[in-house]
Amino acid sequence: MTLPLADLVTMLPELIVAATACLVLALDPVTSPRRRDYLAWMSMAALAACFIVTASGMGDRVSAFGGLVVVDAFAAFWKLLLYVVTGMTILLSIGYLKEERIALAEFHGFLLLSLTGMMVMVSGADLLVIYLGIELMSIPLYVLAGFKRFEARSIESSAKYFILGAFSSGLLLYGVSLVFGAAGSTRLADIAAAVAARGLNDPMILMAMTLVIVGFGFKVAAVPFHMWTPDVYQGAPTSVTAFMASASKVASFGAWLRVMLEGFGGVTPHWTGLLLGLCLLTLLVGNLVAIVQTNVKRMLAYSGIAHAGYALIGVVVAGWAGADAGISSHGVSGMMLYLAVYALMTLGAFAVVAVLRRGGVEGEDLEDFTGLAKRHKGAAFLMLLFMVSLAGIPPTAGFIGKLYLLTGAVRAGLTWLAVVGLIFAAVSAFYYLRVVMVMYMRDPSSDPARHMRLALPPATVVVLLVAAAGVILVGVYPGPFIEFTASAVLP
Amino acid sequence: MTDVTTASGGFPWLTLVVFLPLAGALALIPVRDAVAKWVALVVAALTFLASLPLWVLFDASASAMQFVETHHWVASPAIAYAVGVDGISLPLVLLTTLLTPLCIVVSWTSIATRVKEFMISLLVMETATVGVFVALDGVLFYVFWETMLIPMYLLIGIWGGPNRVYAAIKFFLYTLVGSVLLLAAIIVLYVYAGEQSFNLLTLSEASYPPWLQGWLFWAFFAAFAVKVPMFPLHTWLPDAHVEAPTAGSVMLASVLLKLGAYGFLRFSLPMLPDATRQFAVWVIVLSVAAIVYGACMALAQSDLKKLIAYSSVSHMGFVTLGIFVLNVQGIEGAVLQMVNHGITTGALFLCVGMLYERTHSRAIADNAGVARSMPLFATCLVIFALSSVGLPGMNGFVGEFLVLLGTFAEQKLAATCAALGVILAAAYMLWMLQRVVYGEPAAHMASKLRDLNRCEIALLAPLVALVFWIGLYPKPMLDVMHASVDRLVRRDANTIVVDALPVSSLPDGPAARSFITAGTEGVAGP
Repeated sequence: MTLPLADLVTMLPELIVAATACLVLALDPVTSPRRRDYLAWMSMAALAACFIVTASGMGDRVSAFGGLVVVDAFAAFWKLLLYVVTGMTILLSIGYLKEERIALAEFHGFLLLSLTGMMVMVSGADLLVIYLGIELMSIPLYVLAGFKRFEARSIESSAKYFILGAFSSGLLLYGVSLVFGAAGSTRLADIAAAVAARGLNDPMILMAMTLVIVGFGFKVAAVPFHMWTPDVYQGAPTSVTAFMASASKVASFGAWLRVMLEGFGGVTPHWTGLLLGLCLLTLLVGNLVAIVQTNVKRMLAYSGIAHAGYALIGVVVAGWAGADAGISSHGVSGMMLYLAVYALMTLGAFAVVAVLRRGGVEGEDLEDFTGLAKRHKGAAFLMLLFMVSLAGIPPTAGFIGKLYLLTGAVRAGLTWLAVVGLIFAAVSAFYYLRVVMVMYMRDPSSDPARHMRLALPPATVVVLLVAAAGVILVGVYPGPFIEFTASAVLP
Repeated sequence: MTDVTTASGGFPWLTLVVFLPLAGALALIPVRDAVAKWVALVVAALTFLASLPLWVLFDASASAMQFVETHHWVASPAIAYAVGVDGISLPLVLLTTLLTPLCIVVSWTSIATRVKEFMISLLVMETATVGVFVALDGVLFYVFWETMLIPMYLLIGIWGGPNRVYAAIKFFLYTLVGSVLLLAAIIVLYVYAGEQSFNLLTLSEASYPPWLQGWLFWAFFAAFAVKVPMFPLHTWLPDAHVEAPTAGSVMLASVLLKLGAYGFLRFSLPMLPDATRQFAVWVIVLSVAAIVYGACMALAQSDLKKLIAYSSVSHMGFVTLGIFVLNVQGIEGAVLQMVNHGITTGALFLCVGMLYERTHSRAIADNAGVARSMPLFATCLVIFALSSVGLPGMNGFVGEFLVLLGTFAEQKLAATCAALGVILAAAYMLWMLQRVVYGEPAAHMASKLRDLNRCEIALLAPLVALVFWIGLYPKPMLDVMHASVDRLVRRDANTIVVDALPVSSLPDGPAARSFITAGTEGVAGP
């Protein structure tokens, strides 16, 4: 079998990223430690090239490999977002890995491999291709989570992630096999046809749909499939946590939405109800449990769960509005904007946590943040900004994300859901503001290890500034961003 | 947007007044603490100067929004940058721009740590509060409304008293919980009004079904009543006031509390006329309760700041009472009372701050008998206290009198009970004066206190002047607000007319409404 050239060109960004990943892995052993940074810069260059390719080809819907893979504006949106997030993670890692003494260039190679998987996920138009993407995303992440290989917590994180990840993959695969039994194919278009033919209440389809939802629920850390998140996030190296919390969640949502709308569009009322339940549980548990956390990474893990709940509001709106295309696409674009904003501010927050890692101090306990405003004004202010944005307070991107998302909910007639979301936003302000409180209203602790001067590596400064600029820009001038997401929704 | 006039001379005065402090705050980032004070003062003074043309160029005979600027912000949902002032918001804007420089001066020596951050917070606060008063777009209003929480949280939490962290978080969460319902209500209004615009005037022109109005009314109530604060949602106020630094207390009492009452006037009354009439009596009951309860609590305080905080609860009760009796006297009195309370309570907090700098205590017992060593200060304190009591000839009297007048026309019982509050106010204020000014000074501090210096005199003098100006000749103030208040009340009255007519006999749409407005113009006046 020969591969048509046109199909390969369609997949050019994936090929670039995968090839660079292999190159980085191959060059790593022969590069002297002093020059390892070059491999990071090479990865950045590859990402920049992909960004240009994806952005320039954006708009038209192209299928490749006989409909297994599709490149449309929706996929392009997620890919662009993923390039930015991955690039920021690489920049963040350059300084952080040195501080942790695990500065190996294979780190970047694994990141790029994981990114390839994510890109395949959001472009997949076939459940098996999406499954392949999920595995390609997850396996490097299992390795990365255990990258601090001499630390028990990191190993534990890796093992937990692996076992639960494999379990969720199994559930997803089981769902895929049921779909195959019902539709005779795993292609989303064929599934949609089979669903339409079998009617609204076919048990086999519903069973398959439920299993697929559970599988993705694990990946985006929706309650009750969230149990792995806090431990894994806490144990993994901070820059990996940042990547998991932003990129992998974002990509899973992108693929999930496509499966639901394009594959299971015929049984929308069923999955809307199911997702509404997940959404409410996720909002409730994520926000309430975050309140009692004293470890900032764990707190951000629960905050990530809570934000998955908000993103789910967008999916529910898309399903709830159903026939009304205008409101349905508002739901989809609301979710897309929300996740993009979430990825930015979460990365920013984790970047500050990574900055605090100095010498013997982990920098992830709430205690480590005490008096940060006196130790480093800039870092403290940026953390303030990210916390305010995560809480959804204007004039930040977090507010715009919530406003746009919840306007969609009200338009769809889900006013009560919007009110629930807003009330939980007020709850979340409590734990986000606690970070602000310890930074600004407590004096630095007398422990000399915690008094160590903070040195921000230049690459990390770039990450922080990009995240902060994004948070402010989307907050005060959201028009173009809203239009961009609205133009990239699924048809 | 039929009522919008754009004849403002073209120059974007409002944008200048709103964003000049923010620009100043950004300019402060690179400078040193010692310079920061001066920069902040100059910026605040320039902002005040820039707000004066608003007063001069304001056309008091027009009821429409003036100095309107509208720019697209987001296409869908249709959010705009729209600002403008009418007779209700103009005095409050000026009050804010006047008090901010005073707050900076009063913090000159009392704030010793992190001066730059303090000044930045104050200036950001000014931008946010002025922004709330001039915003004509629901989302813009909300953006300013919430933005203000962060600097205030920091002002209380960083530079406050011993229990500051608790007070700051309590302030923040109380207000935030109320505010999120405001956002929900704004979005619902937008969707029900046809998703055309978040413009407040457009939203006011749409009509909403009564069941929806009921829900929205209480959603707005949650946001605004916490901010006012109305009994029984006031418990954050004494904590916040006591812990906040002087400048924070002044901003809180003089400006922030007005935002809630202003919200009632901008949202509840014009947008939800049916629900407002239906539930007004409940708000009146709560207002009277606040007047009496706040006054009784003030009687029992031994801490000066707490006493003034509870007196605020009582005085703001008059404001909400005046608003919800829904006639011209009541609302004009309420707006005037807002301005008066801003001047008087702000001044009282300044006085307490000056006293605290000398004695390092806010307890009444520790500050007894200051008249001997500080005659000038004692004079000022007496003036402001009497203005707070509502002595005729001073500003407090005019506002409260109008409110009571309006209330008598509608609810005799409520007016009677509210009048009791005036008597109680005299009791707690005079008793406080008796102890602080004329009491027997504590032995350890007799004659150690120096009187007001020139700077402090300059600080209080404009406020004294305002107290007597509004007290003796309130006409310019009332003229400015009359047309706008009149229109607000008439709009309410009109809806009654609409409701009374059989619906089938009316043509649909906003055209019909403006037709009715024109038809009843001469009849439905005060």
